[in-house]
Amino acid sequence: MTPGDPVNDTRELISFCIDEQEFCLDIMAVREIRGWTPATPLPHSPPYVRGVINLRGAVLPILDLKARLGLGHVEPSARSVIIVVHIGSRLVGLLVDAVSEILAAEGSAVQPTPNVGCETVNRFVRGIIANEGRMISWIALDDILPEQAAEAA
Amino acid sequence: MDPMDAIKQTYFQECDELLASLEEGLLSLEAGEADSDTINAVFRAVHSVKGGAGAFGFQAMVGFAHVFETTLDAMRSGKLDPDPEVVKLMLRAADVLADHVAAAKGEGTVDEARGHAMADELAALVAPEGGAPRTSATPASPAHDEDGGDEWGFKPLKFGDDEPAAASAGWRLVMRPTKAMYAKGHDALLFLRELSRLGPTATTLDTSWLPNLEGLDPEESYCTWTVELPAETPEVAIRDIFDFVGDDCPIELTLSGANVVEPPAATPAAPIDIDALLNSVRTPTAEREALEGGAEKPAAAATPAADKGASKNVPAPAGAGATIRVDLERVDRMIDLVGELVINQAMLQQRVMESGAARSSTIAMGLDELEQLTREIQDSVMAIRAQPVKSVFQRMPRLVREAAGATGKQVRLVMEGEGTEVDKTVIERLSDPITHMLRNAIDHGLESTEERVASGKQEEGTVRLAALHRSGRIVIEVSDDGKGINRPKVREIAVKKGLIAPDASLTDEEIDNLIFLPGFSTATTISNLSGRGVGMDVVKRSIQALGGRITISSIPGKGSTFTLSLPLTLAVLDGMVVSVGEQTLVAPLTTIIETLRPKPEEVRRLGPRGAVLAVRGSHVPLIDIGVALGQRSEPIDPTQGVVLLVESEVGGRAALVADEIQGQRQVVIKSLEANFQRVEGVAAATILGDGRVALILDVDAVVEKMFSDRRDAAPLAKAS
Amino acid sequence: MSKTILTIDDSRMMREMLLMVLQGAGFNVVQAEDGVEGLEALARSTPDVIITDINMPRMDGYGVIEGVRQDPRYRATPILVLSTESSPEKKQRARNAGATGWIVKPFQADTLLDVVRRVSA
Repeated sequence: MTPGDPVNDTRELISFCIDEQEFCLDIMAVREIRGWTPATPLPHSPPYVRGVINLRGAVLPILDLKARLGLGHVEPSARSVIIVVHIGSRLVGLLVDAVSEILAAEGSAVQPTPNVGCETVNRFVRGIIANEGRMISWIALDDILPEQAAEAA
Repeated sequence: MDPMDAIKQTYFQECDELLASLEEGLLSLEAGEADSDTINAVFRAVHSVKGGAGAFGFQAMVGFAHVFETTLDAMRSGKLDPDPEVVKLMLRAADVLADHVAAAKGEGTVDEARGHAMADELAALVAPEGGAPRTSATPASPAHDEDGGDEWGFKPLKFGDDEPAAASAGWRLVMRPTKAMYAKGHDALLFLRELSRLGPTATTLDTSWLPNLEGLDPEESYCTWTVELPAETPEVAIRDIFDFVGDDCPIELTLSGANVVEPPAATPAAPIDIDALLNSVRTPTAEREALEGGAEKPAAAATPAADKGASKNVPAPAGAGATIRVDLERVDRMIDLVGELVINQAMLQQRVMESGAARSSTIAMGLDELEQLTREIQDSVMAIRAQPVKSVFQRMPRLVREAAGATGKQVRLVMEGEGTEVDKTVIERLSDPITHMLRNAIDHGLESTEERVASGKQEEGTVRLAALHRSGRIVIEVSDDGKGINRPKVREIAVKKGLIAPDASLTDEEIDNLIFLPGFSTATTISNLSGRGVGMDVVKRSIQALGGRITISSIPGKGSTFTLSLPLTLAVLDGMVVSVGEQTLVAPLTTIIETLRPKPEEVRRLGPRGAVLAVRGSHVPLIDIGVALGQRSEPIDPTQGVVLLVESEVGGRAALVADEIQGQRQVVIKSLEANFQRVEGVAAATILGDGRVALILDVDAVVEKMFSDRRDAAPLAKAS
Repeated sequence: MSKTILTIDDSRMMREMLLMVLQGAGFNVVQAEDGVEGLEALARSTPDVIITDINMPRMDGYGVIEGVRQDPRYRATPILVLSTESSPEKKQRARNAGATGWIVKPFQADTLLDVVRRVSA
């Protein structure tokens, strides 16, 4: 998926804030949103991997999205939520501070990600959406999991 | 999936089952149990493999299966005795057939020379019999076979009542259905309908035979139809319609305008079976030969056997009983759900206890019952997926035959406990170790025939493969009556390779187990038969990865026994639950030799960072689990914690230090890879009673990592 | 109403193949794995056509044909034999037992359907 993909239909997006920046995910990728429960840390994992939790009998990895985007760490609080998303055949939990709203965006409202010379942005931002004067970054989930060999050590 | 692909997969599965029952049947024939049911089952197996092969166009397989089937048919009809030589040949033929199946699956190739030679040998078994060659060597054209052989078929009756209608050139067919025809599910109207499909027809009904009402038998057939068809209608197409009905609906077919009515004998006596014809057009020679072979088969000889098989109501050799087939996915899903139920039940119990309910309260008692029920459900569900080890064992006779052939030794394989059941997850992993142990037994265990004779043994060596349940585990034993382990030699090799100190004092058992050490097996000690480049250390490692153990015992001159023990399932695991820092971890019980609380004088420092624990005279490296998993940077004082003395493949024994032991528990194994990926030092995860995820320690990986990190530490006595 | 066909074959693959072809042509299909099961199936369904294999464990195809014909409800139900064999003796035997037709395995879908249609009114 490259940022310039023509997208014509209307899609629903779920948005959340990390510090003062707004981000969103395609709601089709979201399976559920649940409250924070402490995770069991995994050894030898990158810092943005918070560990694993029990999701009705399945072992669900939790990624700190803020850390993954290089914006610091989420300090889990009562408002923090885990957005459970499908990535391929996997289910992954994304820890964010809070979910703000669900919004609909026309495909034409999605603009290519401006090049700000940042590898993280290029990798994880699929496009940006201008909505009532706000700028919301649409997150690409494809690369969000750690790469097996490169980052596990 | 394309439905035909799905059916093909079914066919391959079925082939595996058929090949298994083929081999099983032949083996019992070899053992002298030659009853007609067995022979029938063997015949049917090859027959069914052939049938499907034809459907999917596996020509080579059809060809071979056909020859095989022909020979088996001779046996079935009593023309060929199932003597040991014949059965041995058939066993090898079964191997070739299995190769054909594998090739059709795309999993191998067929040695064509071997296949042809085998086909010739099979054909030779029946060729001299009764003069007429009935083997594949005789190509023949199908239509003739059909015609020539079809004795029952068509015998036209003549009716003088009608002259051919007028002079218009065309076919004139008189059909006179009989009572018998209607009794076999035919209907004259359907014949008329079929005829009308061939072209424009003119049909006349002759009811002149119809009696008065009082004389009418409602079951009798009184009508005669005359149908006229255009001259260009192929005769074969008309006759074909009446093919199977035969005498039950006599027809008279004449072509007016041409020379009328050939004598019946001169016409191709029988209608041509359209299906056979269609087949012959598009299917292989072998299929045509099948028709031929069948045609010349004396029915009288073949039928008694078939009758007997049919009437005796014999259960399938695999042990019948009412069974249903269920999609494995559904069972797996159920096992998952029950796993969740077990976890939920444990969570509920913990919450209730935390809430301060008394043990004797009704709620606590209800929970106890729930726990028991949950366990029972879990056991029952696991039992559904349990399968007899037979599916693995049945591949072994072939392996033994081939290994015996390759080494020139005479080997008899004895199998016991094939009905022993174990979870499917384990079954799939048994094949390799058993294969390896059997090869090893034949290659290294058994002596050559000359050596055996010289030492007063039977020429034929015996290898025994047995399965049994023992204390909640499955035990597989592979034993031979060979020469036993040459201990001085093993010791010499181990010393030479630096695996043990030259002056190490080892018991016989310890020496025997040296062969499992990594680096013991090398090209010089392993022939290309048993080794295939793999040493016993690899076998042991793969077994340990499954939570299993392997041991060997040997008596010089009498033979060796490898004993392999595995959990009955890979879905649950018996674990030691321990605390490490803030976390709870599970160590597989099978890896733990003992747990102990070290006394200060037993802990010795070694080098700048290393430490060892003195256990009954030997020194075992200490590994802090928290440090190994990166939870803490400094190890805790071992005397303040507990030590799990573990046996790891890579580094022998090690002493893993945890903070505290919580207890032993059976846990449901949850994969980390399903939603995430492999994590170093962690074998899998589980969910504990408090609902939190606990990691299951990969003991080997932890020990290995520690050793590679401390490469500069002092070498350790691995085989202590 | 679509017709019901009872298929009796000990080969799972054959059963699936028949199922695919027959269902695809709009028939209802009832399956049985051997002769005994086949006759049992007659108690719970009323097939319009029966297709049976010959070589089967427990009860072979001849037994099936005889058993079917003994049941007054199925005296006139077409029975097709589906077999890899095609010797005249076997056909004769099947016919004497009361079979309506014979199809040689492996079969082509069209051939099978043609024969089934031919015998089912």
